[in-house]
Amino acid sequence: MKLGLGAATAASCVLALTFAAVPAFAQKQGGILKMYHRDSPASASIHEEATYSNNVPFMPVFNNLVFYKQDVAQNSLQSIVPELATDWAWSPDKTELTFNLRSGVKWHDGKPFSAKDVVCTFDMLRDKGTAKFRKNPRKTWYENVAEVTANGDAQVVFSLKRPQPALLALLASGYTPIYPCHVSPADMRTHPIGTGPFKFVSFKQNESITLTRNPDYWKPGLPHLDGMEFTIVPNRSNAILAFIAGKFDMTFPTEVTNPLLRDIKAQDPAAICEMVPTNVATNLIVNREKPPFDNEDVRLAMAMALDRKSFIDILFEGQADIGGTMQPPPEGFWGMPPDMLRTIPGYDPDVKKNREQARKLIEKAGYGPDKRLNIKVSTRNIAVYRDPAVILIDQLKEIYIDGELDVVETSNWFAKVARKDYAVGLNLTGNAVDDPDQSFYENYACNSERNYTQYCNKDLEKLFDQQSMETNIDKRRTLVWDIDKRLQEDVARPIIYHIRAGTCWQPQVKGVTVMVNSSYNGYRYEDLWLDK
Amino acid sequence: MAAYVTRRFLLMLVMLFGISVIIFILLRLVPGNIVDILFDAAGFVNPAEKAQIEHDLGLDQPIAVQYARWIGGLFNGDLGYSYISEKPALAEILPRVPITARLAGLALGFSILFGVPLGVISAVKQNTGLDYLLRIVSLSGLSMPAFWLGLLILMGFVAAFGTIPIYSAEPQTVWDALLMYSVPAAAVGFRSSALIMRLTRSSMLEVLRQDYIRTARSKGASDGTVNYHHALRNAILPVITVIGIEAAFLMGGLIVTETVFNIPGVARFLVEAIRGRDYPIVQNLVMFIAIIVVTVNFIVDLLYAAFDPRIKFAD
Repeated sequence: MKLGLGAATAASCVLALTFAAVPAFAQKQGGILKMYHRDSPASASIHEEATYSNNVPFMPVFNNLVFYKQDVAQNSLQSIVPELATDWAWSPDKTELTFNLRSGVKWHDGKPFSAKDVVCTFDMLRDKGTAKFRKNPRKTWYENVAEVTANGDAQVVFSLKRPQPALLALLASGYTPIYPCHVSPADMRTHPIGTGPFKFVSFKQNESITLTRNPDYWKPGLPHLDGMEFTIVPNRSNAILAFIAGKFDMTFPTEVTNPLLRDIKAQDPAAICEMVPTNVATNLIVNREKPPFDNEDVRLAMAMALDRKSFIDILFEGQADIGGTMQPPPEGFWGMPPDMLRTIPGYDPDVKKNREQARKLIEKAGYGPDKRLNIKVSTRNIAVYRDPAVILIDQLKEIYIDGELDVVETSNWFAKVARKDYAVGLNLTGNAVDDPDQSFYENYACNSERNYTQYCNKDLEKLFDQQSMETNIDKRRTLVWDIDKRLQEDVARPIIYHIRAGTCWQPQVKGVTVMVNSSYNGYRYEDLWLDK
Repeated sequence: MAAYVTRRFLLMLVMLFGISVIIFILLRLVPGNIVDILFDAAGFVNPAEKAQIEHDLGLDQPIAVQYARWIGGLFNGDLGYSYISEKPALAEILPRVPITARLAGLALGFSILFGVPLGVISAVKQNTGLDYLLRIVSLSGLSMPAFWLGLLILMGFVAAFGTIPIYSAEPQTVWDALLMYSVPAAAVGFRSSALIMRLTRSSMLEVLRQDYIRTARSKGASDGTVNYHHALRNAILPVITVIGIEAAFLMGGLIVTETVFNIPGVARFLVEAIRGRDYPIVQNLVMFIAIIVVTVNFIVDLLYAAFDPRIKFAD
């Protein structure tokens, strides 16, 4: 077997292990962390869902092979540390990734963890195993994985179709826990078994989720908490009021809006709050097969009519970010620098000038003040979609487009856009991992189920592969910027703004790190402790 | 009497059958099914996986077959499985019934305890300052939306006591339960007591003008005897009807209160199940509520005879 352990990889592993081994002197043991949950998750199976409503309460039940270091706010390839793996190594041609696995780890039901569990998990994710997930939303993440094989009980090898250094970024996501072979996917939806710091106790729909400390956790001394209780409180104002009254130690992560955050600080000055980017982008989707949107000029005119700053000022009191597909820096690792962004049509801060050009384009397509284009702007019937859609309609009037709001019941939204049963829509796209491999393939690859606008550019897809194979981070970043710029210029899915949201906790909660470029990866909670 | 009871019982069965058909069809007319919602949560749609889930859940069967399966299951005590939690529907519904029953019982008790005596007092003291005050209070109870009152109570509690009376864990003692449920019950009971008070008042006013009341007074009966023994007994029939309707409503209609106070009761569960197109839960819960409503109405009818000996049920 080829096993070329790169010096950098070894160094990062040693560094990570050193950090992992640092004993926790000051932390107090015990206590139940109480948090409200914003809604009732559809199931307890992280692999089958695509919302962080699942990750927050259920990530503490599991471990990954590798993981984003939980006290580093910015996720990147440099912040990945081993978890169920003890180390990893790339083959010289970067098509084989080998993990040595931790020994002595037990599942919560007492059975031993082994390489077979890793193989089972990735077989199910790639739809290859005998056991099947009911839904498999991240199957596309592993399309480059040809095979996952076990070498005995303590080693697994990922064989890739082509080099993909960023596979590690996907494996480190909160969306990639290792499941046990001996528990069926159906049972994992109702009673998850993991190897993580907390054991699952109960999940009562619309009521609560309870976890308890795993006394046999393989990390000695962790977790610090005796357990966690998530009370499901869908009414946000009640939840905030309860937090202010001290009923909860922590708000649901990245769910507090700017005005609510101000309320909390006014009524509970001791509360600690952070407002951070969430790597969720609000975007304009245009069905490029429906006339007149098959006309490139019409699509470009719409993109150029956007006044992004107005969106942000109205909806977020200035607390959101302008960027391309990749989350903008400094929190985002791969986003285009502001100078480059401004060169893209529609991103020039001079909105008046942009709109003049937009009007010329739409006039070229046959529309004008005497022949206005009537459209329906479809969006999901929840405030974070509806509110910007209303502003979008208002802004499109500037270029002779009269929009009518078409509010789609939330249960039908994705079915509708997947059927391409819309002309113009306003959508939100969340990125679980701040890495182009996730964003580009998922949202812009020709055959992706989530490519709602049917944008397909085979030449650009070759560049997707090229950046994915690039091992030099600086070179890769430059390539990613070029691709992102092309996507915006091609009006593939014009990004309007990147959302920021708040998290608050009471001063007795210690060890909180809010991730700044993903809302999906920071909830292992093994380092959290209560100073009570 | 026996024939009346039998007739009413058979009518109840027909009504329940009608309700079962209506709810079954209506649910399936609403756009989107559970599979759409499952994929909505996942942010994508895979047609093959979607078809497989529809097949697994029996949603690809004709609607008549689906209905027959459900009704057949009901007769065998099998309520099916929740599509969302994948647990038996009975196991999902049963724990929520006592929660709502406690809340409804307390709210009903509160509304009767305050509504009936205050209604009598208001009628007896007609057009006095006390009557005006009680009428204003009752009017505010009827006109104030429950969600607003609930929010005011919550904010008041946080401001005054630094605590919030929302449900976050199952109460462990009777005292805990009483503390937990009394605030939302008072919020709901305020509206119900206002309704009962106004009805008691108007009904009492009508009765107090009757000749036999004047006769009772002229015979030297005390105010208490006249008001509560002679007048209230005759005025109470419409009030009983309303109390019956309120009792039935409270078992399934507390959605706002259960939402505001975060109580995991039947009504909130029903709304969540409708939003999730969790057909087995919705169908069985609606049937459960329908059974409560028709049964309470049936009992109220029977109570008429007990309260008013003039009423006889013809055979």
